[in-house]
Amino acid sequence: MNINEVIGLEQTSFLFQLLIIIVKIAVVIGITMLHVAYATYFERKVIGHMQVRLGPMRVGPHGLLQPIADGVKLFFKEDIIPVAADRTVFQIAPYVAVFATLSSLAVIPFFDIFYIANINVGLLYLFAMSSLGGYSLIMSGWASNSKYAFLGGLRSTAQIISYEIAMAFSLVSIMLMAGSMNLIEIVQAQQQYWYGMYLIPQFVAYIVFMIAAFAETNRTPFDLPEAESELVAGYFVEYSGMRFALFFLGEYIGMIVMSSLAVVCFWGGWTAPPILIKLIPPLAMVPGIIWFILKVYFHIFLFYWVRATLPRYRYDKLMSLGWKILIPVALANLVITSILKFIF
Amino acid sequence: MAVIRDLKTKTLTINMGPQHPATHGVLRLVIELDGETVVKCKPYVGYLHRGTEKLGENRTYPMALPLSDRLDYVSSMSNNIGFCVAVEKLLGIEVPERAKYIRTIMGELTRIANHIVWIATHALDIGAMTVFLYSMRDREWILELYEMACGARLTVTYPRIGGVRADVDQEFLDHCYKFTEEFPKRILQYETLIDQNRIWLQRTKGIGVLTAEEAINWGLSGPTLRGSGVPYDIRKFAPYDAYDKVEFEVPVGKAGDVYDRYRCRMEEFRQSNSIIRQCLEKLPGGYVLAADAPGYDLATGPRKKPAPPPPKTEPAADGSPPTPPPPPEEPGPAFEDVYVATEVPKGELGFYFISDGTGKPYRMRIRAPSYVHASVLPKMCEGSLVADIIANIGTIDIVLGECDR
Repeated sequence: MNINEVIGLEQTSFLFQLLIIIVKIAVVIGITMLHVAYATYFERKVIGHMQVRLGPMRVGPHGLLQPIADGVKLFFKEDIIPVAADRTVFQIAPYVAVFATLSSLAVIPFFDIFYIANINVGLLYLFAMSSLGGYSLIMSGWASNSKYAFLGGLRSTAQIISYEIAMAFSLVSIMLMAGSMNLIEIVQAQQQYWYGMYLIPQFVAYIVFMIAAFAETNRTPFDLPEAESELVAGYFVEYSGMRFALFFLGEYIGMIVMSSLAVVCFWGGWTAPPILIKLIPPLAMVPGIIWFILKVYFHIFLFYWVRATLPRYRYDKLMSLGWKILIPVALANLVITSILKFIF
Repeated sequence: MAVIRDLKTKTLTINMGPQHPATHGVLRLVIELDGETVVKCKPYVGYLHRGTEKLGENRTYPMALPLSDRLDYVSSMSNNIGFCVAVEKLLGIEVPERAKYIRTIMGELTRIANHIVWIATHALDIGAMTVFLYSMRDREWILELYEMACGARLTVTYPRIGGVRADVDQEFLDHCYKFTEEFPKRILQYETLIDQNRIWLQRTKGIGVLTAEEAINWGLSGPTLRGSGVPYDIRKFAPYDAYDKVEFEVPVGKAGDVYDRYRCRMEEFRQSNSIIRQCLEKLPGGYVLAADAPGYDLATGPRKKPAPPPPKTEPAADGSPPTPPPPPEEPGPAFEDVYVATEVPKGELGFYFISDGTGKPYRMRIRAPSYVHASVLPKMCEGSLVADIIANIGTIDIVLGECDR
């Protein structure tokens, strides 16, 4: 059931429906942008406290206005384009990064009646968009005409290709379990268990998915494309000002998308575990969006936690982890899931 | 496979540094890459050259002392001690016992501070950022101890030719003792984060391997050498200050890789901590500056001075009379040369002086461990991956201020 049906807009004109969709897109983008801004604040605070320091404290009470100050600063900075760079591609690349991740939001069901598009191949669409995100890294790395950026671009190409396979395999198991690629149906299918999530039967797939998600979003310990101590900043070393900020925006939205995907596919999306509702009936009153946001923020916290804990992988070890461990494990999991699915 | 053979591939030359976040200052490496593999690596040094050796020739020995702070600015106290020990040997000055112990305490505090900076940057280069902040928090403690003893935090110039500038007070000793009690727990914190971490092990085990023979042939010293299994430590072989009166072990590695050097330095944390502890317990009373320690008037050399200088007032803890002034017509040292090496945290820091009797060194030559260590980089890096360069730069523990002098 879509929100349109709830408020009785099913019969209205096409133009009006278009308007509704545009408003929904604006709401989703607006809220996501706000979350991205405060995800950076959250990250700096979380990592700060993990590292026995305070994090941002100066701008506003407890540094609450820091993300806004950062945004304003980046917005007014000079946009430098190196002379040797391929201008067109150089300028397009950050937009591709943001476009790909923002488009992914279109199919994420935030709660049962709020989503932009309800398509049958939701998972496939998400794969497509995350692959598209890889292009921005390659484009920026190549167009910068800088050796560091080039190396970063090459690394990210290899990394994203290898980890996408593992990620896809881990999610194929979910497709098999749910019998659908529609994200809403996947969430609803999880309600059949008393614990209300695929996390327990598909624990292996979840681990593989999370590791691959770290690699897809270029987060520690897989931040080789931007490896600060080796490649300075990797593929976006030549960027400045708003274009630089767009890459960050892309990375953080990517993190939110990956967390949402994990929540939808493994954690039962906006639903609470039925056993929990049964034990504590008042919890049924909690709106779905709260559950969804809590679960997403748990995953985002996981990203930060790992960043504060782990060192960076080396290129060849990363490849061997992807190809020799994750893909075989995901494949084996897929085979076992298929067999069990066939038997029962 | 014919197609692949016909592909014309080229190596990629990358200029790493002198401005680079992980080259520990202004080290410049020109590296030639074949994909991610390093084919050739050539270090260039000299971007921080300040002419320290030449500057020393234009100053008297006491005036040249602050130059040594600026060599390895991470462990300035050890450099001061190295300089002072060398000049004391040249001038034949006997250092009071208490000053020797204080210097040993300071030297070992500096070793801990230096290794803290080392573990912080090394771990940060490899990507573990929390270790950096944990260890920097503890370095602050040591800097406060410096501040308590002499008022300065970075370029201290606390040791003087013939002793130390000022006596330490009870407050310093109490804080220092508290530090030695607390610090072993902090070492455990660093180790918890990285010691058994799979990624850390993958990044450090079997990387930058140097056999004992190679390490000796390249002239390495300090923990960089001991990681290869050579138990060479000047504190044991040619003890200076109070090192012959304390018990300590020289940790050595086996494999000679990045991980073993890391373990060596982690053990040195504990050994240094124990040395400080012993020194604090045995600390004798008395003066902290030798009676014949030179003042700045050594500049005049053999020339006879019109009037004796006013008596120097060295503060003494127990209210004892100030140290007597140096003889007014003190000649400069005779024509001779002296080489004294001390074990600074990074390795063997040697001062070589040629004295011509004027009160200023005719030649001041500094054997800087960082300079020697930087030369071994090609040997360690060639054939490895880009990421290993960073691990290797970290493991040889260089500071470019000392390397370029």
